[in-house]
Amino acid sequence: MSLPVAPKPSPRRFQQASWDEPIVFELSTPGERGVLVTPVEPVVREAVGDVVAALPEGMRRTTPPALPEIAQMRVLKHYLRLSQENLGSDLNVDIGQGTCTIKYSPKINDQLIEVPQLRALHPAQDPADTQGALEAIWRLERLMAEISGMDAVSLASPGGSAGIWTNIAMIRAYHASRGEAEQRDEVITTIFSHPSNAAAAKVAGYKVITIYPDADGYPDLAALQAALSERTAAIMVTNPEDTGIYNPAIKEWVDAAHAVGALASYDQANAAGILGITRARDAGFDVCQFNLHKTFSAPHGSGGPGAAANAVSAALAPFLPGPRVERVDGRFVVREPGELSIGHVAPAHGVILHVVRAYAWIMALGAEGMLEASRIAVLNNNYLLKKVLEIPGASAPYATGRRRIEQVRYSWQELFEETGISSEEIGIRMADYGFHYWTSHHPYVVPQPFTLEPTECYSKAEIDEYVAALAQVAQEARENPELVRTAPHNQTVHHTHHDDLDDPERWAITWRAYRRKYFGEAPDGPARSALPDAEAALAEPVAVGA
Amino acid sequence: MIGLVVNPVAGVGGPAGLAGSDGAAVQARAAEHGSVPRAGGRAVQALAIIARAHPGVRILTAAGAMGAAAVAEAGLEPVVVFTPVGDPTSPEDTAAAVAAVAAAGATLVLVAGGDGTLRDAVRGLTPPPGRPAVLGIPAGVKMYSPVFAVSPVAAGSLAADWLGPDPVPTAEREVLDVDEAALRRARVEPVLYGTLRVPQRLGRTQARKAPTPATEEAAVASAARAAVAVMRPGVRYLLGPGGTTARIAAELGVAKTPLGVDVVLDGAVIAAAADERRLLDEVAAGPAQAVVTVIGGQGFLLGRGNQQLSARVIRAMGSDPLLVVAPEQKLVDLAGRPLLVDTGDAELDAALAGHVRVITGAAATAFYAVSAPETTPV
Repeated sequence: MSLPVAPKPSPRRFQQASWDEPIVFELSTPGERGVLVTPVEPVVREAVGDVVAALPEGMRRTTPPALPEIAQMRVLKHYLRLSQENLGSDLNVDIGQGTCTIKYSPKINDQLIEVPQLRALHPAQDPADTQGALEAIWRLERLMAEISGMDAVSLASPGGSAGIWTNIAMIRAYHASRGEAEQRDEVITTIFSHPSNAAAAKVAGYKVITIYPDADGYPDLAALQAALSERTAAIMVTNPEDTGIYNPAIKEWVDAAHAVGALASYDQANAAGILGITRARDAGFDVCQFNLHKTFSAPHGSGGPGAAANAVSAALAPFLPGPRVERVDGRFVVREPGELSIGHVAPAHGVILHVVRAYAWIMALGAEGMLEASRIAVLNNNYLLKKVLEIPGASAPYATGRRRIEQVRYSWQELFEETGISSEEIGIRMADYGFHYWTSHHPYVVPQPFTLEPTECYSKAEIDEYVAALAQVAQEARENPELVRTAPHNQTVHHTHHDDLDDPERWAITWRAYRRKYFGEAPDGPARSALPDAEAALAEPVAVGA
Repeated sequence: MIGLVVNPVAGVGGPAGLAGSDGAAVQARAAEHGSVPRAGGRAVQALAIIARAHPGVRILTAAGAMGAAAVAEAGLEPVVVFTPVGDPTSPEDTAAAVAAVAAAGATLVLVAGGDGTLRDAVRGLTPPPGRPAVLGIPAGVKMYSPVFAVSPVAAGSLAADWLGPDPVPTAEREVLDVDEAALRRARVEPVLYGTLRVPQRLGRTQARKAPTPATEEAAVASAARAAVAVMRPGVRYLLGPGGTTARIAAELGVAKTPLGVDVVLDGAVIAAAADERRLLDEVAAGPAQAVVTVIGGQGFLLGRGNQQLSARVIRAMGSDPLLVVAPEQKLVDLAGRPLLVDTGDAELDAALAGHVRVITGAAATAFYAVSAPETTPV
């Protein structure tokens, strides 16, 4: 007799939704509306007068915006359908996005930020009315100072790379204040640090020197010493690096930088395994940043908004971005950036919603809880490392045989040599089992790379499920490579061609750019319907596009 | 279309311990040792991958063991455009077969063999533009040239991509070969025979955060421009061979001999394909610096393919003799191994060892370890 509830196979039989939904602009029907706004009552019209005429001339539109015109119900369906064609961190076992640290974002924290006092907050509100929000900023700054061991903190940077930019901007301002801006024109980083460090330094006008691993797979201290000089403005390093390797000589690195008058900047994007275990201050760093959207569980937001906490030594504190929140006689006041400050790096105080989420996360865990989270993140990673290395064809190059911290950059090189199936093809096949698998590891230092980071959030059962799918795909690569090569089979779309994204002549990140580049339409788009004049708008119901 | 040329005798010297398979005499000795040819079998491994992705595709090739047999065995359709006259086949047959396959319209030629085979392939091709890309199917004994895929299956995988809808990027790579007779006397002196355009496999998604250019061609151009930016008037620059140095010459607007060392002073070539003696004269005439890049897959800066830049020439240039230029990927491909210098002068090699600044792109350099081969077995 068969059981009414059959046991589930592993890996699971996943099938992604595929709605074949048009682009929202293609759904537009001229005149279709989501909401019909009731006409203005005569008494209101009389009291207010001509509102449009009250606007400055430069802010008045002469033509309506070229927005899609769609009924409310159709808009709802459109976005629900798109949301089903997705693999979010709340849907899949999101450990395949190593270095980007996809933690669970507790939903209670999302409820906290939904309170109207926070949602309705305006940056220009009087501080007397925003004491709670300012206190959250002030308290999170103190917590970040404690976690990093540094003296002062800013929460203004609206993302991880933005935080790295803030780091180098402060370093540049520091050297300028000492008359060494011209002399110090080089920044040193490592090949396995987040590339945003090199990128931010370049944008800030520095020449960038990259250090490669030594024969043991660790950042080459001798190469650093050869590269350091009176021209060095700073070293900018990630630790643990994107390989999960912790630089055991990090103190020597910082000391060597200080010996030539350079500053040491610590990208702590990969801090999920070291909270409560090591501190930037203890290694001697002058400046560091945490990513609230990684280590402190705020959501990533797919390219924004994230949020970073920039923490600095007392010597660098005057250079922090503004505005600053200070506590005076038990009240919180807002101070505009001082003379040495690098100024504003974001509107107002940064991404306040992430500040509240991170504050709630830290307060829920406490010091002991965060330490335990770090330990579990490392334990999970050690377990995952062992399980992955049991899959034939998988390896973990650099510092072979040593333990990593919270993530590992693995390699499918052996499998590739044997089967011709690349890491990228394996990643696409993983999507057939409902798993995300990151394929961007530029530059390709580790051949056929994949980077997994289990964090503290995932259970053994979920890690096992992910590894089982990886092992299954590796086996398919050997036994039925065509199945892998032609994947995905259970996904929303099959292969996409990406060369359009590499060619400035062809890339189009807006509908208007697409119409312009491919159909030769004028930059402002075709004229739609004429804007109703003010008199007509007052006399008839005003239609508002969805 | 894809072409295939197999050197049927490639690799026979390996199992016999003969350090190579060049020349009929060595091949005969290998046969005496019971060596069986393996290049055809390795070509079939690559072709099987192509057949999987593109069933029934036609392959331009040479008759019999030089390709058609392997194509047929893999279940694909051979289009024979060359027939060798003798048996066993000769290096001339390889060169002629590659020329015929290229002339028949192949945009990518797979060549199964070793360094010697690829050296013959270079000979068979007309200079660019219009020359096809070439990818080595590793089947030889010596494979110093970074023109080989990591395995026959990997070569097939790249070739399958080549026939797909997305363009596959290519990069210029050197063809090196050692004198086998010297190798048997335990001397490794590879000579540079030319460069080939080789398909590269990159990830689908380039990280948009990375400051690195999207293609190797752009990366080489960026490194070359950065090198030109640091060149000073009144200094003689000894441009060594290599794709990156060729690009530097192009940025300077001067002609570059493909395999020679050319001397550039104030934006003009004052000596083309100079020998050691001429280089010594030039260095004696004023301040000079050698512009070198990473040659071959082993990471040599000096002593491979640019032996004109001898120990005497390097010594004559004083304390800062080298301007090293290479795109980041060349360093990455070393997988942690140091750059190498082998001038034949142990004292000089030791002095050059340590760390060298490598110009990798606009406002970008690396400090990278340099060793002498004595301390680093090749």
